[in-house]
Amino acid sequence: MLTAFGDPAVWLPVAFAGLMGLAILVYVVLDGYDLGVGMLLAGVGEADRDRMIAAIGPFWDANETWLVLAVGLLLVAFPLAHGVILGALYLPVAVMLIGLIVRGVAFEFRAKVRPERKAAWDWAFFAGSLATALAQGCMLGLYVMGLEITPATVAFSALTAVCLAAGYVFIGACWLIIKTDGDLQRRSVRWARRCLVFIALGLGSVSVASPLVSPRIFEKWFSLPEIVLLAPLPIASVVTIGLLWIALKNLPDHQDRWAWLPFFGAVTVFALAFTGLAYSFYPYVVPDRLTIYDAASAPESLLIILIGALLVVPVIITYSLIAYRIFRGKATVLRYD
Amino acid sequence: MELDPVLLARVQFAANITFHILFPTITIALGWILLFFKLSYNRSDDLKWMDAYHFWVKIFALSFALGVVSGITMSFQFGTNWPGFMERVGNIAGPLLAYEILTAFFLEAVFLGIMLFGFRRVSNRVHTLATVLVAVGTTLSAFWILVLNSWMHTPVGFEMRDGVAHATDWLAIVFNPSMPYRLTHMLLASGLTAAFLIAGVSSYRWLRGDRSPSVMAALRTGVVLAAILIPAQIVVGDLHGLNTLEHQPQKIAAIEANWQTRPAVPLVLFALPDEQARSNAFEVAIPYGASLILTHDPNGVVPGLDAFEGSHPPVAPVFFAFRVMVGIGITMLLLSWAGGWVLWRRGDLTPWLARAFVGMTFAGWGATIAGWYVTEIGRQPWLVSGVLRTAEAASAVPAPFIGLSLALYLVVYAVLLAAYVSVIFHLARKAGDAVVRLPKAAPSPSVPSMVAAE
Repeated sequence: MLTAFGDPAVWLPVAFAGLMGLAILVYVVLDGYDLGVGMLLAGVGEADRDRMIAAIGPFWDANETWLVLAVGLLLVAFPLAHGVILGALYLPVAVMLIGLIVRGVAFEFRAKVRPERKAAWDWAFFAGSLATALAQGCMLGLYVMGLEITPATVAFSALTAVCLAAGYVFIGACWLIIKTDGDLQRRSVRWARRCLVFIALGLGSVSVASPLVSPRIFEKWFSLPEIVLLAPLPIASVVTIGLLWIALKNLPDHQDRWAWLPFFGAVTVFALAFTGLAYSFYPYVVPDRLTIYDAASAPESLLIILIGALLVVPVIITYSLIAYRIFRGKATVLRYD
Repeated sequence: MELDPVLLARVQFAANITFHILFPTITIALGWILLFFKLSYNRSDDLKWMDAYHFWVKIFALSFALGVVSGITMSFQFGTNWPGFMERVGNIAGPLLAYEILTAFFLEAVFLGIMLFGFRRVSNRVHTLATVLVAVGTTLSAFWILVLNSWMHTPVGFEMRDGVAHATDWLAIVFNPSMPYRLTHMLLASGLTAAFLIAGVSSYRWLRGDRSPSVMAALRTGVVLAAILIPAQIVVGDLHGLNTLEHQPQKIAAIEANWQTRPAVPLVLFALPDEQARSNAFEVAIPYGASLILTHDPNGVVPGLDAFEGSHPPVAPVFFAFRVMVGIGITMLLLSWAGGWVLWRRGDLTPWLARAFVGMTFAGWGATIAGWYVTEIGRQPWLVSGVLRTAEAASAVPAPFIGLSLALYLVVYAVLLAAYVSVIFHLARKAGDAVVRLPKAAPSPSVPSMVAAE
């Protein structure tokens, strides 16, 4: 089986890079919306908070598991890169982890403590979500900048931090458009519309900056025939953002038939942006330093994991879809009984 | 003073993994106990079991959340704190960790949502199935991680090529010599931790005058489970010790603070081990005891620390942690049997016994952590016995970074631990204040409330 698809030292790292990319994209979309809802908590009163939390309650735990899978794949498939990347991003990673810890437990504590302490845990849920989103955006910026720490790269990572957080707020608002109704749904539409500007800004700045920082990336995009073949990516992004703008102007509609549209638009934008990034950096897992082939584990071990992954990932996706189906429709108050 | 990055990295990792293990230790067994409550209700239609389920599922959800978020931290720290670990043995550790994520984490995370919030959205049968799958997921997770940990103690089934371990026999790796003992020991520890938690919190409610059938049912479940598991744990612990004597004799020598290889070794009950003088001060010992326990012969020869000079673990922490674990274990035995006896004869507790159970609410944590310190510090100076030294695996992250993040983690963990314990007792008080029962058709025993996820 090892040689059935050619040299295993070539196709296995590619397969794992693809799997890891999928896990990162799914994570960014899924935890993106629940982090975004967490950040939006700051702008509403207590009754709305309960509804917003109810909209993400049954899902957040499984959503975060995709981060464990993504980092786990980096760790087991590209152990050299795991050390280099997470070592270089040590402080933002620590901030993100503490943010994830605080928000994850705040979700449980807010519902179980004495009523007078609930507001404090709501604040912790907001702050943890914000810290997580900013830290991830900062990590993205530093990664795009080749993991160099200079005043310029730090400034750039501050920009990507704000933009990614806005992106998460955006997809969070889009999720709320699906899961809520009435006044909260109308406000969600407004939140989403405001964040769209930041998404355009973030996409634009990463698209401009990454070819400028790396001549290799410049070469990959701006030479013939690549520039023609790749043109659909930025064009599709611009068109999707434009359609989102129009859709958000006209939502919510009367029968609530189009409430799902912004969320799927958001997923499309995230997927397009991610594809562009993945194309830019391939075959490097550490920008311009370490390729996926150099960083990969031994083929025999990768194969063992791949067999398991091919058997189990479809099952995971199936029962995740079942869970989403069970909790479909507008969010209702969460209760254990 | 110059900060030592290796020491800081170890302290940070130890702090995180110590905090993390508290919660899986509860949820692994509590998942199965919840299933027991649910099946008892399905079988008997007695609402007391459903009440017990609804009370304990809240504590399960809270513990689970704490376990998940601290577990995410672990997945990052493998790489940030110990890059050398994955470089040297990643070909073996990698697949085991990957299988844990793929087979266990998603299973428990997805079905937890259905188990917690799906009660009114799915049929009772599907809900029971979700409960089973969550319990299976937590146990599978424990299985994979204990396979990896045991392999680090007793590595087999691999060969070294260019300084990197390559797997040659996966069955041997999974069923490595210490795995069956360590896994059983840990699962029983989880059972005991959950049993004492339930007995302690139920006793607290009992002392506050809340003696409803559901409190008594949970109390009996906790006490009986503890009374059954603790003798089993003592036997398994002894077998685990003999297994360690075979594979890691230096760890046993440190546990016993036995400095010389010799026959007729006494069993040291208490001492102050002195690493410089390589002897014990203030030793209280039972003659022939250690030889008798370890070789089943009063004159048996037991290997001492002199045989491993320069490559044995620090003696004092292993020695004391072991005594803490055994001390808690003996207290558990006495209390659970006394409690079981009194419950059986009188059908009820006595105030003093109830207070003792409240005092032992988190005893399982103490014993579990002490036991992990024995086995993990006892493996030093190795990270993977005979394959990789801990110092070789440490990262080059500057000490101030590690120190800063360590300080942040410690503050967060201290706050969360205090909040966790206080919320458990708060929930216990609240449950006692609001016992209003509705008929079975609407199984909603507590006061209707608009509080989300409550």
